[in-house]
Amino acid sequence: MKQKQLRPRDPKKTLLRLFSYFKYNLALFFGGIFFIIIGSLAEIGINGMLSPVIDTLVGDHDRGLFIKYLLIMAAMAAVVSSAQYISNLSMAKLAQKTVHKIREDMFSHMEKLPVSYFDKHSHGELMSTFTNDVDMLNQSLEQSVSQILITSVTVVGTFIMMLVLSPVLTAVVAVMLAVMLYSVRFVGKRSAENFRMQQAALADMNGYIEEMMSGQKVVKVFNYEDRAIDTFSKKNEELRNAGTLASTYGVMMMPLMGNLSFVMYALISMAGAYLVMIDLLSIGNIASFLQYTRSISRPITMVSNQLNTLFAALAGAERIFDVLDEKFETDGGDVTLLKDCEGRKNPCWMVPKTDGGNDEVPLKGFIAFKDVDFGYTTEKKVLNKINLYAKPGQKIAFVGSTGAGKTTVTNLINRFYEINEGVILYDGIDIKRINKFDLRSTMSMVLQDVHLFEGTVKENIRYGRLDATDDEVVEAARLANADYFIQHLPEDYDTVLTSDGQNLSQGERQLLSIARAAIADPIILILDEATSSVDTRTEKLIAEGMDKLMAGRTTFVIAHRLSTVRDANAIMVLENGEIIERGDHDDLMAQKGRYYELNAGTIELT
Amino acid sequence: MKKLLPLMKKYMKYAVLCPILMVLEVAADIAIPYLMSRIVDVGIANQDIKYVIQIGLIMIIAAFLGMTFGVMSSHYGAKAGFGFASEVRMKAYKKIQGFSFANLDKFTVASLITRLTNDCNTLGQVTMMSLRMAVRAPFMMIFALLMAMNINASLASVFMVSIPVLVLAIIIILTKARPLFLKMQTRVDRVNAIIRENLTAIRVVKSFNRQSHEEKRFKERNDSLMDTALKAITLIIFLMPVLNIIIYSTIIAVLWFGGRQVVAGSMGSGELISFITYITQILMSFMMMSMFFMQLLRASASVTRIVEILDTESEIKEVENPVKELTDGSVSFKDVCFCYPGSTEKTLKNINFHINSGEVLGIIGSTGSSKSTLVQLIPRLYDTMEGSVVVGGRDVKDYDIKSLRDHVAFVLQNNTLFSGSIRENMKWGNENAEDEEIIKALKLAQAWEFVSAYKDGLDHRIEQGGDNFSGGQKQRLTIARALLKSPRIVILDDSTSAVDMATDAKIQRVFKNELSDVTTIIIAQRVSSIQHADRVLVMNEGEIESLGRHEDLLVSSPVYREIYESQQKGVRP
Repeated sequence: MKQKQLRPRDPKKTLLRLFSYFKYNLALFFGGIFFIIIGSLAEIGINGMLSPVIDTLVGDHDRGLFIKYLLIMAAMAAVVSSAQYISNLSMAKLAQKTVHKIREDMFSHMEKLPVSYFDKHSHGELMSTFTNDVDMLNQSLEQSVSQILITSVTVVGTFIMMLVLSPVLTAVVAVMLAVMLYSVRFVGKRSAENFRMQQAALADMNGYIEEMMSGQKVVKVFNYEDRAIDTFSKKNEELRNAGTLASTYGVMMMPLMGNLSFVMYALISMAGAYLVMIDLLSIGNIASFLQYTRSISRPITMVSNQLNTLFAALAGAERIFDVLDEKFETDGGDVTLLKDCEGRKNPCWMVPKTDGGNDEVPLKGFIAFKDVDFGYTTEKKVLNKINLYAKPGQKIAFVGSTGAGKTTVTNLINRFYEINEGVILYDGIDIKRINKFDLRSTMSMVLQDVHLFEGTVKENIRYGRLDATDDEVVEAARLANADYFIQHLPEDYDTVLTSDGQNLSQGERQLLSIARAAIADPIILILDEATSSVDTRTEKLIAEGMDKLMAGRTTFVIAHRLSTVRDANAIMVLENGEIIERGDHDDLMAQKGRYYELNAGTIELT
Repeated sequence: MKKLLPLMKKYMKYAVLCPILMVLEVAADIAIPYLMSRIVDVGIANQDIKYVIQIGLIMIIAAFLGMTFGVMSSHYGAKAGFGFASEVRMKAYKKIQGFSFANLDKFTVASLITRLTNDCNTLGQVTMMSLRMAVRAPFMMIFALLMAMNINASLASVFMVSIPVLVLAIIIILTKARPLFLKMQTRVDRVNAIIRENLTAIRVVKSFNRQSHEEKRFKERNDSLMDTALKAITLIIFLMPVLNIIIYSTIIAVLWFGGRQVVAGSMGSGELISFITYITQILMSFMMMSMFFMQLLRASASVTRIVEILDTESEIKEVENPVKELTDGSVSFKDVCFCYPGSTEKTLKNINFHINSGEVLGIIGSTGSSKSTLVQLIPRLYDTMEGSVVVGGRDVKDYDIKSLRDHVAFVLQNNTLFSGSIRENMKWGNENAEDEEIIKALKLAQAWEFVSAYKDGLDHRIEQGGDNFSGGQKQRLTIARALLKSPRIVILDDSTSAVDMATDAKIQRVFKNELSDVTTIIIAQRVSSIQHADRVLVMNEGEIESLGRHEDLLVSSPVYREIYESQQKGVRP
């Protein structure tokens, strides 16, 4: 599995791209900033008010002025409270809505990616980007963005007020700030490094746990427990060490910064006291100044605490953007399907002519492969000079040892992958010209791995054709011989399936997948080893259903079982990506070639 | 939580030092505003610069002491937190290694993973936080309150109003927010579920052109997540203005009342200034404590889930003096009945049969897991309800479990290989196997022909889940792995379903001839996989329908005949 990038490649660029997402919620963004500024200014104001308030107590005891100042403070307090509330709320809402949009964009983008993308990236990786990285982003956007804004405004504003009050004291503050920032950098660097090591140890541990837990039964069967505990113990130690180190540096920031600001406090007190004694400052001024130092150091401390998570979130954001930058599945097909041709409810292909207008080619289901070459990667060719044809309604079977290329051939018919050389013709039209949506609407697949969705049995069958009526659903289920077991489920057709239909047996899931294909009423049917993991009784039910399903449709079937292949119009024997034998069952048995060999087991009976 | 505390023992000294140092840090920090008030009220009032500098230096020393204590406290807190988490994780992992199949069924793989990862990590983080926050915040508050009261007890009475109000506000808001956060978690799970579904089933989605349908489904869940999240956030954020208002009102009240005292001369202005500093410290501590409580709530869920693991015991128990040697590979079932824990329906009923040592037995029958269940009783992966399973002349319960499982090789239906080299995977069968032994096993399993084709041979890597191998290749590798145990009994549970018939036949011949002294039990769907067995056991609905040789069964067993015929359709020339 690819090593996850833990450090953002280009933080500035990523940050800017993230900010561009705010354009969907501009009101919240600008509103938030506006109120942050107001709130911060008002907070600075309150601190500033301390000065005159305390001075009236020490100096001339002007009661009226005192009360006036207190009222002003109260008013400012109200402003601060409400402004901070509005700004916090706006920023938090902004974060949620931005993350919501990013999730939406990611999902709809994912739906359009080519199948090859999913082959190259592990599910774990993609899930992690969708969940962990998005979560980290959410947290960072909520906390860090407003924090950074508040800090910037507060620091700038407070600094200005301090300069106005006393340039000398401000100089002291500036020096201490420099020291503090240097410490942030020093500790921050080590903290970031160790944080990355911790993340790596965590990922390693999690990967190990996932693998071992999934195979825990194998562990028991092989008495591997002690060895598993050994390996785990080592990884556990590694994680403990990395985590301890990372946390030490990470948590250290707070007491470090906090106490440095106290040193600043101390210096201000001393210098300020001196200045008061020589009458350059009032006591009230000191009070304000001290509050200012707190105002400055508090946000700086908070931000320095969040640096690590912020960088990790940016690295995650980059992975998210990488997904969003992936190219869609290309189409480039200008031939579309028309449902009613010549007013007779028979579909046909609309093939655009060079001089305008369309040729209407009736949809029959004639597939031909001419000199087709294909490889998943450019280095390795998986299929070599494949030539075959299937007339409408015929059943073509593919056999061969595992890895010979049978599944690959069927992946090409529906353009999950594009061929390198040669051409595949559908009713005489190059399938590269046919719009993928329309192409696939004429086909149904029953795959080796059955995938069902969360929802009722009815909804899963209806997946094949969304506008099917309830009666049509039951009819399709009957055809697939699934109706019987469905009736025996707790709520028959309304029974809810858990994710991937895990509350049904393997056989039942396959029957459902057949019903789903049936309801789509396709012209072309692709069956990929549909019956191999089902017991023989159920297989018989499926076989019957399949026969009914296949009538009048062009079918491509891949199987290991003799019975499935026996009635095929033509059998293609694949070996190393080439068709080495072809013919019907009797022809091939007579040839005593590879086909004969593959059926050696059954032949010994007779 | 009490159950987990003993695991802290190794790191106890850090767990104790951390808060102690934290308290010292807090003490140093609290002293500072007080010292400052001395500067103003004594130093400035008396124009005593020497005094000011003295106190100032004491302040700086206090700050550095605070820093040292604080940093050390962080370090110890981290050691304790991560140490504790690693002890808990190790204990839980060891417990899981002792789990029986029934235990593993109960928990599900996904939840075990979450418990070992997320829950343990949460525990570590919260421990670390508790040791610091749970100590810092209350101490900060108490010290600051004491200092404030020391400065001016009557003025400090203002806290008798502000503190309860704050606490009340916190309690109200948090109680309302908690159910919202739980709801949010469910919504998050639902969003993740649909993403996972689409990732694995992308081909189905594309071939049925259901992209926009799925996008709509997703939008529903995503929107609902955002709604709940917004509600929760709006509530929580409300705490901030509440806190602000309380803090500022308190400050203003103190300025008013304190101001009068300063004017009257009963309180120094320096004291007033430091009092105000303490106000913020006291009230902020409350906020920190409430945040901490929320974390504690989240952690309590994790604690429960981890304790669940620690409390689970395997039901497979060993006797006092277990036997380690297996005299022969014979297997008998005597009146065996079985049902899965938690189920009332009997999966197996009245199972009675005997296999001689070295025999090859095929098992075939209707769908459902009763065949797998039956053979899993032999190495005691599950225990029988009634009756007994006898291996090598002894009840399986009399054997040392590890020895029993060493002698009985089991190839499960879900054939799992692990990331690592082929050699490493094969060594699961025998840690000390030399390459020649490994190659021999691979040859027997008909896997050497493709393994030898790799340039790196035995060093060739198996990626997670074995995805870089085809189904048939994976099955043959798992058979080879099992053979490396040099077992007396081998059980193959549908282990050749993805293997083509010719290779299957070769494997069968190996078991019959080369491994003739190994008792072999083969569960299969295809008659062709078991027709050469010495005998075949035909199962139907959890009971034995017949037992006999292939030729005899064709005549005597209707079930067998039906299966055979449906598979033979069309072989007749």
